[in-house]
Amino acid sequence: MNNKTHTPLFHVSKRGALKWYQSWAIRGAALLLALVLCGLVTTWVTGEDPIAVYKSIWKGSFGSARRAWVLFQNIAMLLCVSLAITPAFRMRCWNLGGDGQMLIGGLATTACMILLAGKLPNWAIIVCMVVSSVLAGAVWAAIPAIFKAKWNTNETLFTLMMNYIATQLVAYYIIVWEVPKGAGKIGIINQATEAGWLPTIGSYKYLLNIIIVAILCVAMYVYLNYSKHGYEISVVGESERTARYVGIKVEKVIVRTMLLSGAVCGLAGMLLVGGTEHTLTTTITSGRGFTAVMVSWLAKFNPIWMIFTSFLLVFLERGAGQIATNFGLSASFADILTGIILFFIIGSEFFINYQINFRHTAGKEE
Amino acid sequence: MDNKTAAVTMRNITKRFGPVLANDKVWLDIYRGEILALLGENGSGKTTLMNMLSGIYFPDEGEIAIDGREVVIRSPKDAFDLGIGMIHQHFKLVDVLTAAENIVLGLPGKLDLKAAAKKIRDICDAYGFEVDPDQKIYDMSVSQKQTVEIVKVLYRGADILILDEPTAVLTPQETDKLFAVLRNMRDDGKAIVIITHKMHEVEALSDRVAILRHGQFIGDMLTSMTNAQEMTNMMVGHAVTLNIDRPEPVDPKPRIEVKGLTVRSLDGILKLDDVSFTANSGEILGIAGISGCGQKELLEAIAGLQPVENGSISYIEDDGSREELIGKDPLAIQQMGVSLSFVPEDRLGMGLVANMDLSDNMMLRSFRRGHSMFTDRKTPRQLALDVVEELDVVTPGVSTPVRRLSGGNVQKVLVGREIASAPTVLLTAYAVRGLDINSSYTIYELINKQKAAGVAVIYVGEDLDVLLELADRILVLCGGKVSGIVPGRGANKRDVGMMMTKLGGNSHE
Repeated sequence: MNNKTHTPLFHVSKRGALKWYQSWAIRGAALLLALVLCGLVTTWVTGEDPIAVYKSIWKGSFGSARRAWVLFQNIAMLLCVSLAITPAFRMRCWNLGGDGQMLIGGLATTACMILLAGKLPNWAIIVCMVVSSVLAGAVWAAIPAIFKAKWNTNETLFTLMMNYIATQLVAYYIIVWEVPKGAGKIGIINQATEAGWLPTIGSYKYLLNIIIVAILCVAMYVYLNYSKHGYEISVVGESERTARYVGIKVEKVIVRTMLLSGAVCGLAGMLLVGGTEHTLTTTITSGRGFTAVMVSWLAKFNPIWMIFTSFLLVFLERGAGQIATNFGLSASFADILTGIILFFIIGSEFFINYQINFRHTAGKEE
Repeated sequence: MDNKTAAVTMRNITKRFGPVLANDKVWLDIYRGEILALLGENGSGKTTLMNMLSGIYFPDEGEIAIDGREVVIRSPKDAFDLGIGMIHQHFKLVDVLTAAENIVLGLPGKLDLKAAAKKIRDICDAYGFEVDPDQKIYDMSVSQKQTVEIVKVLYRGADILILDEPTAVLTPQETDKLFAVLRNMRDDGKAIVIITHKMHEVEALSDRVAILRHGQFIGDMLTSMTNAQEMTNMMVGHAVTLNIDRPEPVDPKPRIEVKGLTVRSLDGILKLDDVSFTANSGEILGIAGISGCGQKELLEAIAGLQPVENGSISYIEDDGSREELIGKDPLAIQQMGVSLSFVPEDRLGMGLVANMDLSDNMMLRSFRRGHSMFTDRKTPRQLALDVVEELDVVTPGVSTPVRRLSGGNVQKVLVGREIASAPTVLLTAYAVRGLDINSSYTIYELINKQKAAGVAVIYVGEDLDVLLELADRILVLCGGKVSGIVPGRGANKRDVGMMMTKLGGNSHE
């Protein structure tokens, strides 16, 4: 046996705080590396020119005015759900029920549009849509919140299960309201009268949604960072014992915050159904309630940064769709590229928090 | 000393945590048959240095040699293979397993508990431990758990033992027992390192002391050749006085009256049993007791954080009017106009929010003020700046998360905030636990200032020497009952120690 022991090749140690530009440089380098690797993988697997692939990714988002509008609409919707779940996340309450809360808000909106059409003036229908969708979303989030506050149930599982109930409810009402009978879908609601359709600003179909979400984003930022409620949310999230110690009623804060979270999700459902889709399907949310988790985490629960992270995710998704059609590649290939990029971005956080010390070989003889 | 070969030689050991230099080219020799006391203030790098020896951290630079042979310690397993065992401040035992099961846990080979129990008994007989191998950990007192930890490393063949503040959780009697065992091990030729803050323990136990300051090795010397004053000066870097003031209370009046207080924990265990006492304004009431004797529950009951089964806690105003505190949460107590401050034991888990910065932590007490829905950020920021300035808090700024501060500075921030609200009652739990001499004296001074300002101070402490010097009266708890209340002036450490372990103290011996 050789008794000689060797210094390990490298060891990991914690870094001190980095300057903001240093950490952004690391993130930028990670993105660059990810793009290079994606290019290599593309050439290796498909034989396509990576530059052409990147070009079509870009075109997928900005190739035409219509595509750009769709891009921004998608960002707005994703951002809206992300904003909704962020207060709960800041409280370390993992609301994974964004999808369900959105769906139930959409269902409430649909109900107003179908049942009130012709009975009330258009503005009154819209008011009903807003109120009922917000309430529906809030109730959907309040149920798990109350159980958590009273009996400390696990909100992650509870909100997930609420998603299934919402999906089944929507499926049921789609059959109730199906047009035409036997179609198994609702189709465009009030296509002739446009009753309950949110107004469009000029000829820009998506602009109203985008403006509403932009206002919401700023409001949420201010609420979380400067209001007393926002402060209570942070304290409860960091330590429930500290919160109790200073007399914060933890149960109340949990329920209140989840109500807010669900209400905004419900509003997102309303914007989707009343603003752009004008129909209801069980998959109308496109899993945004879950993508929003990533948006929120990547932005470290900061509403303003979430604009960039939701942009990044939507941009990648749109680009992925584009290369699938342009190069005849399967959509799964696009998912691989998205996966690589996210892996690098999330992985870069490790290098921001830790540094790797390599063995000193120079000037020391073994 | 010079003709012995060192069991451990550490040369030029350097360790950085980000920009912080925790150890700066430290040289240290550890000899067999000797007890070495490693001294230093908080953040001077004692624990970091020992963690590198026991394989928890890896040094950035420097060499370690065991018995003259250069080694590389990459993991705790490497350290065990070299015969190095460390007993940490926080025990690492599985509660539902027995002592023997814990001791053999993770060892290779066939599980033979009988043989293990025999070997454990042999170790105990050799050094004078008392351990029942078949006792479950959850049935054990803190000192028994510590014994299991020590036996665990001995069982694994360690002959270089490192103990990180082993006496912090022990009564005086238990400490004496531990010291006797350590001396036995030394006489058996083992190398022992003990990390501590308590000077009198260093003098009583160690053969040699080594002193670190700001990560640097300052010097080592034979204990018999030095004294507490010199060691303290070397640790701090300048001369300090080691006396605690105890001014006479000025115009004491009853402020908090506790009657028949009975508290059960959530799982139904009786934590406080019919406790009655009065705390006066302008006076420090010390609370002594073995850890877990109801001190925490007592303070939390007064602060409105602990559900109470029976009894009453009255707050008495200067004019004699009384208010009942039981059944009110901290917010309700505050709204009654009672200014009650509480420095809890768990500073970062309860008193402060570790991830928030100094000024946000100052806000915890005051954020509700005003009718605006937005928080006032200027006042807390100013308060943070004031506290940093007045209490000499070492921090890069008021926007630094408090978790980045060292223990002493964290405590200064917490105490600073709690006394900023001009309290009439100040509850403190283990206010100087883990703090170095300088910080401890700052805290004693702050507490004395509050006393002089007419505050009723309730001080739960673990260092009896300090309690005896600081408190005007001492309430001794034993198993949740009041074992006695003695005046602080003239109280005897041995008597108070006996009262801690036995109701009413030692009346039979």
